[in-house]
Amino acid sequence: MTPKPLKNTSDTLDFAWYLDKAVEKLVFLGGISGIIFIVGIFIFVFKEGLGFIIANMDIAEFFGNPAWRPTSDEPTYGALALIAGTASVTGLAVLTAVPFSIGSAIYISEFSTGRTQEFLKILIELLAAIPSVVWGFIGLSIMNPLIIDLFNVPIGLNVLNAGVILGLMAAPIMTTIAEDALKAVPDQYREAAEALGATKWQVTFNVVLPAAKKGLMSAVLLGVGRGFGETMAVLMASGHSIHLPTSPFDSVRALTATIAAELGETAIGSEHYRALFTLGILLFIVTFFINLTADIIVRGKGDR
Amino acid sequence: MVESNEKSDKTPKLSIKDLSIFYGKEKVLSNVSFDIFENEIFGIIGPANSGKTSFLRILNRMDTFVPEMRFEGEVVFDGKNIMEWRNLYALRRSIGVVFPLPVGLPMSIYENVALSPRLRGIRSKGELDSIVERCLRRAALWDEVKDRLNVLGSLLSGGQQQRLTIARALSQEPKMLLLDEFSIAVDPVTTMKIEDALKDLRNEMTIILVTNLVQQARRLANRTAFFLMGEFIEEGNTEDFFTGNVQDPRTRQYVQGRFG
Amino acid sequence: MFEATEINIRNKRIGKGIKFSFLLMTVLLATPVLIILAVLIQKGGPMISWDFLFSDPTNGMTAGGIFPALIGTISLVIVALIASVPVGVAAAIYLSEYAKDNWLTRIINLAIINLAGVPSIVHALFGVGAFVLFFKFGTSILAASFTLAVMTLPVVIVATRESLQAVPYAFREACWNMGATRWQTIYKVVLPNAISGILTGVILEVSRTAGETAPIMFTGAAFFLPFLPQSVFDQSMALSLHLFVVSTQVPNVPEELPYGVALVLIGIVLLMNSISIAFRFYLRGKKKW
Repeated sequence: MTPKPLKNTSDTLDFAWYLDKAVEKLVFLGGISGIIFIVGIFIFVFKEGLGFIIANMDIAEFFGNPAWRPTSDEPTYGALALIAGTASVTGLAVLTAVPFSIGSAIYISEFSTGRTQEFLKILIELLAAIPSVVWGFIGLSIMNPLIIDLFNVPIGLNVLNAGVILGLMAAPIMTTIAEDALKAVPDQYREAAEALGATKWQVTFNVVLPAAKKGLMSAVLLGVGRGFGETMAVLMASGHSIHLPTSPFDSVRALTATIAAELGETAIGSEHYRALFTLGILLFIVTFFINLTADIIVRGKGDR
Repeated sequence: MVESNEKSDKTPKLSIKDLSIFYGKEKVLSNVSFDIFENEIFGIIGPANSGKTSFLRILNRMDTFVPEMRFEGEVVFDGKNIMEWRNLYALRRSIGVVFPLPVGLPMSIYENVALSPRLRGIRSKGELDSIVERCLRRAALWDEVKDRLNVLGSLLSGGQQQRLTIARALSQEPKMLLLDEFSIAVDPVTTMKIEDALKDLRNEMTIILVTNLVQQARRLANRTAFFLMGEFIEEGNTEDFFTGNVQDPRTRQYVQGRFG
Repeated sequence: MFEATEINIRNKRIGKGIKFSFLLMTVLLATPVLIILAVLIQKGGPMISWDFLFSDPTNGMTAGGIFPALIGTISLVIVALIASVPVGVAAAIYLSEYAKDNWLTRIINLAIINLAGVPSIVHALFGVGAFVLFFKFGTSILAASFTLAVMTLPVVIVATRESLQAVPYAFREACWNMGATRWQTIYKVVLPNAISGILTGVILEVSRTAGETAPIMFTGAAFFLPFLPQSVFDQSMALSLHLFVVSTQVPNVPEELPYGVALVLIGIVLLMNSISIAFRFYLRGKKKW
């Protein structure tokens, strides 16, 4: 049986060829959508905030004055207290979350196997899935009375409350990324060290942790970014009052929460409205640099 | 023993002139020149890392999928320089390739063989059925799988998967078939079956057989080329290779099993 | 010899201590999920009834049910999925099948990481600036869903890319060698073998989208709207915002009501996550290669 000649094997640009080209262009568009959106976010947030930065913003007041009084007769736009609020809550969150996250990452990656490992990972994943607003509600309804009772303070919505909540929210991310970093350490390192007679924990501390250092650092950074940008939970659990905090039992107000609470009450295009977008620019820039730094730490400057 | 073809006044199916292949700056094969004709099996022998596989990759322009891979020189297939093909997919369709390690696509045996015809736009069930049967028969696999065509191709044994790969290559109805050390993962009985099938296929197409088994080249190839460490040493009638009628002493040594 | 043994024993004890303290940390980190669930079920469980789920809020949201919020959340999620899944899958196909290892790919990856890392309230500002005002969607389901879609795009991209890359390279090569075009290869071999992984990612995105609050507050979710949206240009209520409203903005809400809302919300979210996890385990069991 001789095969009949096929016209499709002749060198013509057929439908499949054109379709392939079209799809290539199309998915390229999808591919750069990430860039389009991130640039879009920058442009649109900047566009609305720019008027404020040019016309009304006093840099010294913005970063040096704790008085955020956008609705008073002589409005002042000092973001210091908001920055302090965000910093204190995020700081406490990181302080509580880092040891637990790294600890659990080590346990899950180095000391647990099989079903235990799977089970713990699923719990961490579910922890990460709880929505921000539910965390805020927990801060409000469970943590609040708990803090009042335990520490005998009048208000339980404060740095401590929001910090612990944020810590719990940031922990799953840190744990997952830290665990990935530990898992990425080649088994040969462990085997080589164990062959020299080192015990499991010696191997972990002297070989695995140093080898995973970069990944662990970026895990912490991304956790910081998560805490820094969190909105609903901080809004609901921090007390939302403008304060330069002096103790964990002070109520504070965060940058993110300020936008969430006030944007609905401002007239579009007003000074207050633009001031809130300026806070947004600040948030965008800081998280951008946190993510960029984390990426550079993990991947190295240019090449791998 | 196979007779060498009359080749003098025929136009070559594949003509290679001064072909060199590079990965980045590293040259992996240099200065290959020979012609291959219709209805012959052309053997390429040589130890590992001699550039044999890279050579096959160039023929159907798979270099476009490998970053950094490029070539110099001229390759003319079916009267047309392969650099001048606008539709590389059409070029690849007319050249079938069989890998050292068989790759059964994760679909049924039937679909493995019907995939290429389907992509060419053949819809009719009857036509597909007959193509599948014909290709599986020619690859000496039909009798073993005709009752379970709906089984996953990747569940077959290594030897069966290799014949499935050959059937799949045949389903493209290629003008040229490239085989890259097809017997590496295949038992001797299956190897013999495939070799018999290839002898029949020679009447329909050009076959290039890369092998590290010199005896396989002797059994199948009309003519043979010898690659060594990225260098094209020589080509000639297979029988001459085995009777010591060669130009380069290294060829004789390799064929006689001194190294490699 | 004896000294060595003693050191060994001591080492073993230290080792056990360390292992135990790591275990303790893990347990302390993991237990809140269970405690939270237990409290929500205990306090919110009695609220859950047919009436609660399927009737409108009444008496200034201090009584009645959550039906409009439930429907609102479902609409927001569906529109967001329609917007983000095609784009996300296309992006993942580009990154996995076409992208070369160059600066552009690096920037795309960085952009995706940033898209996931930008605070949700900044996404909200973007939604207001872009969808509500610039594209003139107004505060609507469309604007809110698009904002959610942009925000959760990285979830789809990452999950899809991973499942595409899990398909062995040899399958692609076999197809290309047969003369299949890149798209034919993707369509016939890569996607069919990655589709379940993509689905897992989409389910995960549903869970993320349903729980978000900040991005929809100013783009399309209404505090209180006792009727159902008629089109994507209407506003709608949403469960997440409803929880915020009844727990902070409305006076005299009975204590159990927000617990009930929280339980429904977290129920949806954790159910989606569990489906996604179960699906993943099921897939691991039936790999074809």
